[in-house]
Amino acid sequence: MSQITLYGLLGSALVGLGLYGLIVSADALRKLLAFNLLGSGVFLLFGVIARRGAGAGFSGDPIPQALVITGLVVAFAATALAVGLLVRLGETAGLEDVDDAPASPRSAAPEDAPGSAGGPQ
Amino acid sequence: MSVGIGLLTDVLLSGTVLMLGLWVILTADRLRAAIGFLIYGLLVALVWVRLGAPDVALTEAAIGGGMIGLLVLGASTRLPPEPPRSPGAPARPRRWILHVIAAALSATVALGLALVVLGLPEPAPSLAAAVAAELPATALENPVTGVLMAFRAVDTLFETVVLVLALIAFWSLIPDAGWSRRPDWLPLPHPPPALVLLARILLPIGVLVALHLFWIGASLPGGKFQAGALLAALWALVMVAGLARPIAATERLVRVLAVLGPLVFFVIGLGGLWLAGDFLAYPEGLEKPLIIIIEVVLMLSVAVMLGLILAGLPSADTAVRAPKARPGTEGQP
Repeated sequence: MSQITLYGLLGSALVGLGLYGLIVSADALRKLLAFNLLGSGVFLLFGVIARRGAGAGFSGDPIPQALVITGLVVAFAATALAVGLLVRLGETAGLEDVDDAPASPRSAAPEDAPGSAGGPQ
Repeated sequence: MSVGIGLLTDVLLSGTVLMLGLWVILTADRLRAAIGFLIYGLLVALVWVRLGAPDVALTEAAIGGGMIGLLVLGASTRLPPEPPRSPGAPARPRRWILHVIAAALSATVALGLALVVLGLPEPAPSLAAAVAAELPATALENPVTGVLMAFRAVDTLFETVVLVLALIAFWSLIPDAGWSRRPDWLPLPHPPPALVLLARILLPIGVLVALHLFWIGASLPGGKFQAGALLAALWALVMVAGLARPIAATERLVRVLAVLGPLVFFVIGLGGLWLAGDFLAYPEGLEKPLIIIIEVVLMLSVAVMLGLILAGLPSADTAVRAPKARPGTEGQP
């Protein structure tokens, strides 16, 4: 297996891992970390595509690389906003609202998941 | 032989990154997850080096690892403690079904992506040759800087606008009574003397390194984002150590600095409309000086905006927080 394929598979695995964490984490901050993990997997896939496009004396296609740089800054901006929201929520309302409440009358939430399972495919 | 060692490095690196990813998702408390994410970001920066993208590696190390890690680490201590796992409330029977479904869904997505990776078209589509052909016209040598500043300048422009919007949205979370107060996420109540000394020594060195990174960005890996991120990180260190107080959102100067970069970029881009025939086109012969002007103001704006976000928000109620925050901020004027 070549280096490029290896990192491509790593990127795919990280996207899956991030998605799993995003769904099952009970804590909102953990969800945010999982979302960033998912994002870094997507960025790595960009890097793999850039590396495959190496040529003309460059070690990679510079266009996907430049897109990842802008993407990283935007990801930071989004994460900062989410952290700000969480902290303010913790100071005022309390974070229990973010988690699924233990005695939630809407027990239909798990049933919603199979419906969305078909979505991304 | 060297190919074998190279591949071994890649296998070890991928394995470690994957394990850290698992740690971030599965570890018990959020503080450990945040620390794991910080290290994860640094290792992913190494992956970028292995993928031949040092420009991205620098950005990932500074922003993806360091700054997001710092934000989340700070938040993990400021948030109310996580709800306990299961004292009293018995484990909900539905919970494990959700986990299985989520795992199946995530595995499907990962597998689908892996199949795409394995079946990527051969030969790979690439715009590297087109960039190489047009790069001399920009008077730059680093192809990534060329793409950021010339070929896809519109992306860079709107990305900085996104950063401005994010700062505005972030500041909109400031409680009404706290507008003129300084943010209090960073300053330590009693910064240890070693930290203060470290901040004093690192500051001039760091500024020099940032300026170097900025200047070589025209021809070597580096540039305004990396330099701006480094400057913001230094500012954060100085605030943590209490050498400088965080700046309140009402200060005119930082507001002007934050929008200056996108504004100058936009004005030069508009000037291109009638001087060079297109939005964001540079008139012939003036490419290099115009790009340098844009990069200087963008670096300042990026550094100021990232630093302001890292500084955080003023807390809601002075009564509870003030006694904790005051000694640090006033002990070191």
